[in-house]
Amino acid sequence: MTDTTSTEQHVTITLNGKEISARPGEQLIDACERNGVYIPRFCYHPRMTPVGKCRQCIIEVDTGRGMQLQPSCMLTVSDGMAIDTESELTKQVQEGVLEHLLINHPLDCPVCDKGGECPLQDQAYSHGPGESRFVEQKRNFEKPIPISDLVYLDRERCILCDRCTRFADEVAGDALIHFIDRGNATQVNTFPDEPFASYFSGNTVQICPVGALTATPYRFKARPWDLEQSESTCQTCSVGCRVNIDTSRNRVLRVNGVDGDPVNWGWLCDSGRFNFEQIHHDDRLGSPLLRTDGGELAPAGWAEALDAATNALRGAADSASSGGIAVLGGARLTNEDAYAWAKFAKGVLGTDHVDAQLGDGLPAELVLGLPRATIDRAATKGGTVLVLGPDLKEELPVLYLRLRHAVEFDGATLVEITPTETGLTRYARSSIHPTPGHTAAVVRAILDGDTSKAVGGVEPADLARVAELLRGADPLTVVVGRGSLAESAALTTDAAAVLHDALPEARFLPALRRGNVFGALDMGLAPGLLPGRVGLDEGREWYAEQWPGVPSETGRDATGILTAAADGHVDTLVLLGADPLADFPDADLAARALAGARTVIALDRFVTDSVAKADVVLPVAGYAECDGTTTNLEGRVTRLSKRVTPPGTARSDWTIAVELADRLGTDLGFESVADIWAEIEAVSPAHTGITLEVLAQAGNADGVLAPPAEATVTLGRAPEAIGEAASDDATAADPDQPPTDPDAPADAPSTTEAAEPAELAADSEAAVEVVEEVAADVEADAAEADADSDEPSEEVPARVVAGRPALLEFVAPEPVAEPGPVDAYALRLVTRRKLYDNGTLTAHSPSLAPIAPGPRIALNPVDFDKVGVAEGDEVRVTSAAGAVVLPLARDAATPRGRAVVTTNQGVRITELLAVDAAAVDVRIEVP
Amino acid sequence: MSRLNDANLSLAREIIARYPRPRSAMIPLLHLSQEQNGYVTEEAMAHIAELVDVTSAEVYGTATFYEMFKFHPVGRYVVNICGTLSCALLGAGELIHRAEETLGVRAGGTTDDGLITLEQAECQAACTEAPCLQVNYRFRYRVTPDELDQLIADLRAGSLTDEIPPHGTLARTRQQIPADRWVRPVAPEETTAAPAWMPAPEETSS
Repeated sequence: MTDTTSTEQHVTITLNGKEISARPGEQLIDACERNGVYIPRFCYHPRMTPVGKCRQCIIEVDTGRGMQLQPSCMLTVSDGMAIDTESELTKQVQEGVLEHLLINHPLDCPVCDKGGECPLQDQAYSHGPGESRFVEQKRNFEKPIPISDLVYLDRERCILCDRCTRFADEVAGDALIHFIDRGNATQVNTFPDEPFASYFSGNTVQICPVGALTATPYRFKARPWDLEQSESTCQTCSVGCRVNIDTSRNRVLRVNGVDGDPVNWGWLCDSGRFNFEQIHHDDRLGSPLLRTDGGELAPAGWAEALDAATNALRGAADSASSGGIAVLGGARLTNEDAYAWAKFAKGVLGTDHVDAQLGDGLPAELVLGLPRATIDRAATKGGTVLVLGPDLKEELPVLYLRLRHAVEFDGATLVEITPTETGLTRYARSSIHPTPGHTAAVVRAILDGDTSKAVGGVEPADLARVAELLRGADPLTVVVGRGSLAESAALTTDAAAVLHDALPEARFLPALRRGNVFGALDMGLAPGLLPGRVGLDEGREWYAEQWPGVPSETGRDATGILTAAADGHVDTLVLLGADPLADFPDADLAARALAGARTVIALDRFVTDSVAKADVVLPVAGYAECDGTTTNLEGRVTRLSKRVTPPGTARSDWTIAVELADRLGTDLGFESVADIWAEIEAVSPAHTGITLEVLAQAGNADGVLAPPAEATVTLGRAPEAIGEAASDDATAADPDQPPTDPDAPADAPSTTEAAEPAELAADSEAAVEVVEEVAADVEADAAEADADSDEPSEEVPARVVAGRPALLEFVAPEPVAEPGPVDAYALRLVTRRKLYDNGTLTAHSPSLAPIAPGPRIALNPVDFDKVGVAEGDEVRVTSAAGAVVLPLARDAATPRGRAVVTTNQGVRITELLAVDAAAVDVRIEVP
Repeated sequence: MSRLNDANLSLAREIIARYPRPRSAMIPLLHLSQEQNGYVTEEAMAHIAELVDVTSAEVYGTATFYEMFKFHPVGRYVVNICGTLSCALLGAGELIHRAEETLGVRAGGTTDDGLITLEQAECQAACTEAPCLQVNYRFRYRVTPDELDQLIADLRAGSLTDEIPPHGTLARTRQQIPADRWVRPVAPEETTAAPAWMPAPEETSS
């Protein structure tokens, strides 16, 4: 925890007569494992506080007072320690503990889901006595009881190791399960009628060392030895957690977290863990659809559908300037898909009216141009995090876990500037909630030190407190996103610009939500951008050499595209997995746009509301059905793995781009995903050096940050993480499993490979040289970063690569005008998301769909009482743009004068929004 | 009604204020709720969880660890007859048998009139006075079956009302801390100084 843990220092201990070196502060059980001696354990988990509950890891230790039996998970190494893990006494005690643990454990392994991958089963074989002397009656409990909608608990199997309860309390912060009763009656349970409704409940199933906790989507679905396991990256949100996908007979059956040190530490949210169910949903599109003369969408062949799409695109390209074609969406694609579509749209069709976001995100210049932080930087010990925007617990849950851990255990300071209270509020040192429309003014007041009067509904004392916390914060990381769709993105941009200007040391972590939205933006799926974080004008010359063409002028963003389409200026609108009717924050405009575009081509997996309005529908492959890479919010590129075949004749998005280009007479120039990545690496200034070989190195399983500072390319998964989990080896991925081959601990790879930059240099020799030159320019920054970070090289990416265009720099736009005050009869609208909503992934996962909370509008009790109806009664909510009917809720966490609605819960609250409004006011009427 | 009533709620706030961290007040508040209702209700546990800012499950888990918190309604008098070794050797079995006969309930049950709950308890640390029992945790030593009958008759007649308050009662006189003795609770890590009211070492020696 203190400075003594630097890597140079070590302590020497004697393990089974052999001297080994260990890291100061390390648990003895870890030190032994890194040196090839596996000590059996159940309660110990490397990502949680040791509790010494199960006693299985007892060994003989001499700390200077003679050999004594000690639990090795509770003992930190100290110089001169002597350990005997092989003594007769150790063996006797470990066997005794195992016999004891098995006393009440039922012998139902043949019908238990855990059988075959069960630490208790495995260690009973490897370290158990073989036979039990216990002949009496075992404990009996009611067989599995549901402790939540997703998790079942079988208390007979429980060995009371405290892993799940510790996780719930310590990691998730939802202590909804606890040891109940005492002595022989002790059990894990919830409070009566208060289920374990945590967003992270699935992790308890994964870390349970016996079969006591099982998840509904996997119960009785497979036996572990029938599963094929493959490491991939979750694409549910933009955090990009590393996962193992378990498949059998062409079906995904389970997803487990992998301990990726820089990102997810082995944890997943329940949405990411269980929404694999949508992959095999019956409603998946398996064949193209064409609108018939009768106006219906009817199944068609690929040739027919592609012809229709080609004709529409050709007609649009011929008929007018590039104004005729627009492309929306792309945040669900892989990097390769996104690049293929960027090249097709911008290079072949010549249109720059391309946007991967749907007006519900942030401008691409902001996202790509601001100096980027990593999650590790945000979670630095003693650092400061400013959350400006959304509720991370609902939108990026695993980032929430990391930040929560940083605050609770590593002394990080959290400051919140959000429209309402969030899941992180209770961990924030200060949490302010500016009136929507005044966020930028509040940030300005804080940074100007002008805290004499209240600004935007925030009291002077609160402004001063935040200013005090930000002053001297080191390092400061700003998590910036859209707190509410009812507040213009321009205000968030403005606030971020002010922060960037006033606090040049601050690094930013953009909190966009969709799976691969960062990959899509990196690949140029945004107006005025080309692949590799390059501006259209800066990159025109370079890409003119690489591509068939480059758009002549900057195109429209999603709002512009939909406005133009509504006015009849878009001939062909392509939707890449986009559903503007559901997501665009102006439902009326989206509807007029889909009606106004002459032809709508949709590439999607389901018939969403928008797809139902399309003329040509092409079914595409989705998550776990595509090879390739994805990019997370840090800019980290990780690999995906294709595990199952897509339904029917659905195919990857990139093949459709290639096919359409071919029909238009242009060869896009690639025949495989690997070809595309090779081209990305060769042309994109942000991806220079990140070759497939580099990505495939075992040490880079956790991904590579783009753009890579040259040192990071070969940096791998941190050695300690490797010791704890994760490699391609299935058994080593689970910290509970004894390694099959104790002589082959998994920490070999990255160091050797890190010493071999030759591979990289061969690919881009010139490039790397220039990276080094440029590195000198940013040396000052780097030196500072060096002082306070373990991996400074990740923080200061080079901005120029030889011969390639420079990376985008953020230029602050003009500040926007603030909205006027709210009138006395109206409430200012705030929208917020919940983890479970009507989104495609959740709605098509049978286990998750029912737990979406449903629509509501929440008011402060004072405002609520003025309405004069009972809680849950429906009220009519009207804004200047439209009206919806929602159930009313009373919520003390909602500030006075505001109305908080949840988005995408079955009622289309985007009806209330107008995309050009700085803020939205609503009135509540009793029907 | 099973949540803390208004009088107890203000008392609860006062109790919470005595500790540097709210959750430290959990057990005193459980006692308070048991005093109010005769047992600890689920609603009271949820209420306590709100007051000390933990989850209901944490309160439930903590409360169920302790034998003396009851989670179902019990009689006005809880009679615990020790059944552990010394008492067992000196006639606890007969006592329990007689009690069950006289009361008409099994150990663990409560009489129909809600007056008496009979329990067989583990060692009550009065082995030299075996066989012993407790009525609302007030000892009776070297009890014979006839004395037990007499005790039950007395309880039924109400002649012990003054001596033995109803189950759950913590104290009949509540402690009042005078203002000059009251110190602000300080978290251990916040101070190394002695409490304000404690004389400094120099003063004691002089």
